[in-house]
Amino acid sequence: MSKPNTFRAGPDQDGHFGIYGGRYVAETLMPLMLDLERAYDEAQNDPAFAEAMKGYFKSYVGRPSPLYFAERMTKHFGGAKIYFKREDLNHTGAHKINNCIGQILLAKRMGKTRIIAETGAGQHGVATATVCALFDLPCVIFMGAKDIERQAPNVFRMKMLGAEVRPVTAGAGTLKDAMNEAMRDWVATVDTTYYLIGTAAGPHPYPAMVRDFQCIIGDETKVQIMEEEGRLPDSIVACVGGGSNAIGTFHPFLDDTSVQIVGVEAAGLGVDTDKHAASLTGGAPGVLHGNRTYLLQDDDGQITEAHSISAGLDYPGIGPEHSWLKDVGRVEFVPVTDDEAVAAFQLCTKLEGIIPALESSHAIAHVGKMAKDLPKDHIIVMCMSGRGDKDIPTIADAIGETL
Amino acid sequence: MSQTRIDKRFAALKEEGRPGLVTFLTATDPNHETSLALLKGLPAAGADVIELGMPFSDPMADGPAIQAASLRALENGGCMRRTLDMVREFRESEDNTPIVLMGYYNPIYRYGPEAFIKDALGAGVDGLIVVDLPPEEEGEFALPATKAGLNFIYLTAPTTDDARLNRVLENASGFVYYVSIAGVTGTASADQTSVAKAVERLKRQTDLPIAVGFGIKTPEQAGAIGQVADASVVGTALINELTKHLDSDGNAKPKLIDNVLGMVSDLSQGVKNSRKTGDA
Repeated sequence: MSKPNTFRAGPDQDGHFGIYGGRYVAETLMPLMLDLERAYDEAQNDPAFAEAMKGYFKSYVGRPSPLYFAERMTKHFGGAKIYFKREDLNHTGAHKINNCIGQILLAKRMGKTRIIAETGAGQHGVATATVCALFDLPCVIFMGAKDIERQAPNVFRMKMLGAEVRPVTAGAGTLKDAMNEAMRDWVATVDTTYYLIGTAAGPHPYPAMVRDFQCIIGDETKVQIMEEEGRLPDSIVACVGGGSNAIGTFHPFLDDTSVQIVGVEAAGLGVDTDKHAASLTGGAPGVLHGNRTYLLQDDDGQITEAHSISAGLDYPGIGPEHSWLKDVGRVEFVPVTDDEAVAAFQLCTKLEGIIPALESSHAIAHVGKMAKDLPKDHIIVMCMSGRGDKDIPTIADAIGETL
Repeated sequence: MSQTRIDKRFAALKEEGRPGLVTFLTATDPNHETSLALLKGLPAAGADVIELGMPFSDPMADGPAIQAASLRALENGGCMRRTLDMVREFRESEDNTPIVLMGYYNPIYRYGPEAFIKDALGAGVDGLIVVDLPPEEEGEFALPATKAGLNFIYLTAPTTDDARLNRVLENASGFVYYVSIAGVTGTASADQTSVAKAVERLKRQTDLPIAVGFGIKTPEQAGAIGQVADASVVGTALINELTKHLDSDGNAKPKLIDNVLGMVSDLSQGVKNSRKTGDA
């Protein structure tokens, strides 16, 4: 495949990143996708929209999020200098709120009166319920029954914020099934309802739009690392489930070819088992949930169940732009197992006094592997996508503690 | 393009002056043997066009009944090859009733679009409905399939406005499927008046026959829709009937085939009677 002049030009006008992306939706939804695209284009060209986002980012989300030098982790591994981009310090505890602010403002512009969303770990559900409370819109969150069980605190948070949490029992009761159910609701309620997708995936324009809203992460990082170090980082690292924190971190650096970019996938019990969520490492291109992308699937094209200890990464697909970036070779994708993530969670908590989300712990584990063999002047920036309070019960269970 | 079985069937129905009955069942539901027997029995029971669902793990546009049918099929060995095998076996004794395969794109993409077109034609498939392939994504599969001699059936919905309708109909052939409600299969039902209006709008822009589906459950409803459209599509109601005749392990009880085909006969009677009283 030939290298493009810029890695930041996608998608094309039909929403494709190379062969990925697109608009694979039922006809009932198609007119709405075109409306959404028009509305998003208009919003992008309206300075008032950008101003409104900026205002909420500053005074509601708490941006810019700090860039933190993780000195003890750096010492511990004894190699590269490690920085964390602290998305865990955002209001609601993760990067998810960035996207929710953007989309709720768009939903308002479009005159929609009801919001639906899917959630895995519950972080996106909480962020959506939060902006719906703020903007006084009714909100239904679709969540797999299994995830409801393992993320009880987040379920309660959503309910307190005024959202209805609708359990999904179809399939394995995880994020994929929640997304199916949200799409089924949407097709019946298109006139009034806005589907606030939580990751940089789904039919065009969602992957591009969610990426744009999350690019604040990478844009800020660029300014902050220049202030700290006077130069760009050598490596940037982020975990990828659907991949929204990763694409937001990566995108502003894609054309800085000196910067190595690494996405960390959830390898569950190992990519050589059938219990993982590493769609790029262990999947193949396919079409699901409105876009073409790498998917975990069998030879007949049936989607297989993902597995990860982290509910936020437990999805058999990935955003289409990541699929393209893998194929063109701009981003490396590596797997990290459940056990490695749990160990990284504990290490970071002890050394830095930062309790990371299990999702982010995957990135930490890989940073550890990289850092030890790199010179001391090598700079790694890792996106700390969320805080880990929600994962305390899962961790306790994993290390055999009874709460 | 030469006439397909779909074209011939709708021409014959027009000649007879009655609307058609289109039935939907999922291939390999509840198992290969029962599903094949149902398929073979459909023409005699009164199905004018047969839609055969290709099982998929994530049927996003379907309600609970067809979701469950898809999962039952997959648990019992349903797959793309087996679906094509069923059609091939059906064609050994039946050469007139058109078969339209209906499903989602991923299993076709995984099979290989070119290989699938070739094998579908070879098996005796006449048309395709791929729910998640709108005209915006027709280049890779829908157009080559049409060129090869299959009818790619385009869906129109209550949300499809006039400007867009031209685009949707541009490469349509066989018939046009009007999804009469905004929603998933087998939930709400549209009323005759709104369907009549929608069909009228479609007829202004196409000469193709219009089949109407989603939410048609009884012979009376099939008849009422048949008064204003060229065919009524029934799926969920047949699958609900099938489900009634499964034991607790999901195996077919003895009366399953008779009862499902009996319902097809009743529905067929419904569409046949419709023009006697209400034809304008």
